Amino acid sequence: MNANAVIRCCITILTLCIVTPIFAGDILMVRSKQDFPEAMLTLQTSIKDHGYEITRVQRIDIGLTGMGYKTDKYRVVFVGKKQEILYLVEKYPVLAAFMPPQISVFAEEGETMLITVNPNIYADMIDDEDDKLLFKRWESDIYSVFDDIRDAED
Amino acid sequence: MKFTVLLFLLFLSINAHSAPHGDALFATYCSACHGSDGNGGVGVPIALPAFLDSVSDDYLKKTIRNGRPGRIMPAFKTLSDAQVAAIVKYVRGWSNKSPPRYDKTKVTGDIKHGEKLFETHCQQCHGKDGMGGKGTGVTFSRKRDLPIIAPALNNAGFLASASDVMIRDTITYGREGTPMTSMMVAGLSEGDINDVVAYIRSFEKSATDLKQRLNDTVKEPATITVDSPYGLEETVENLKQAITDQNFTLIRTDYLEHGLVPEGQENKKQVVLHFCNFGFLFEALSVDPRVGMFLPCRVTIIEKNGKVQLSTINPKRLSHLFNNHELDEYCERMYKVYSDLLEDATL
Repeated sequence: MNANAVIRCCITILTLCIVTPIFAGDILMVRSKQDFPEAMLTLQTSIKDHGYEITRVQRIDIGLTGMGYKTDKYRVVFVGKKQEILYLVEKYPVLAAFMPPQISVFAEEGETMLITVNPNIYADMIDDEDDKLLFKRWESDIYSVFDDIRDAED
Repeated sequence: MKFTVLLFLLFLSINAHSAPHGDALFATYCSACHGSDGNGGVGVPIALPAFLDSVSDDYLKKTIRNGRPGRIMPAFKTLSDAQVAAIVKYVRGWSNKSPPRYDKTKVTGDIKHGEKLFETHCQQCHGKDGMGGKGTGVTFSRKRDLPIIAPALNNAGFLASASDVMIRDTITYGREGTPMTSMMVAGLSEGDINDVVAYIRSFEKSATDLKQRLNDTVKEPATITVDSPYGLEETVENLKQAITDQNFTLIRTDYLEHGLVPEGQENKKQVVLHFCNFGFLFEALSVDPRVGMFLPCRVTIIEKNGKVQLSTINPKRLSHLFNNHELDEYCERMYKVYSDLLEDATL
């Protein structure tokens, strides 16, 4: 093995080493120190910054309080990229029931919880290895969005 | 040039693997459930002094490693020993007392007698067979002035983390500021308490049942899908009627592409019906506020190549994601509701 090959090998190994290991659970959660309205704003901004559309915000709490139940603020935010959602639903009808993906947001006193399913679970529902990579990217993006939420000042 | 890159990567690598910061790790892995300051939320308030002062570092480390199967707390298997130790050290900072140490002495006692004492003194909070208190999360199921939900003593994660002596001491002295009172004060003798410990330890035999149940849910298909013999419009109308008949409220009907394409340009052959039964929803959220990820209930109806197909998520498949066996019953109920709706709409 020549010197260049050794260096290339070292660079590859070191690059793998500096990637921060992430906890790849099936459910991704983050707590924001911001109150509910501010956290919603941070979420919406970060989602758009990552190139995704918010297709709808469903107000769960309004329905509950309207029926007499006591609850904190609770919303469900539907998120996606047009071309990707249309492509996936067309190619994989099994994914239609899950699209667009959603993030639930609820208040815990002065803080806010955000929760979503790890997009990687959809990879188990399809066979194409290239398409599975798309969910890896979604996962990476949601981690990045949640980092923004966690880092936002209250 | 390559040597510069190599040196730079080496520098980053050393930084990445230097001593882990407990505060940052706690913020990343724990605070979502346990709260930024450890005062609880979906998870228990670990900053509670009576809790911290009565559990050992070994218990905390094993709890992080083992989690609580079926009780929300995941097992953090990928964290390094140094990272786990850093989290425990950070958590310890909330108490000014030294952590207790418990030896590994096995406590022996009369299991049958322990069972009787458990039913009298413990079952009201810890549930039948030590299955734990119901619900989680201050948002829906817990008043904010209630500090804790009684833990599941029959949980494999708990049993693998808690030593006999720790369990014995907790029963003996209780935990101040929580509903867990001293059983010594309540009149139990040292022998009685040993019997209760022996009974709790006997729960280990049933711990494998839960593992099997979790494996079974993963085998379920991801969706419930039914072909309709009717056209798209008639299927949608049938489903609306079925939703009403099942005492659910139709929230709205829209297209799958809503919000993705300009209004009016959506594919009209991909329809989504959103609906809810608010009583059922409140019950489910009280058990676990995270279920909102799959709310509101929805059925997607797609016409493709002249065929109409209805599909929904399969709650039985998804129940394992939550690691909360209390939700299993609700997922079963929701599975039946979805199945009945799809059947009614396509009869």
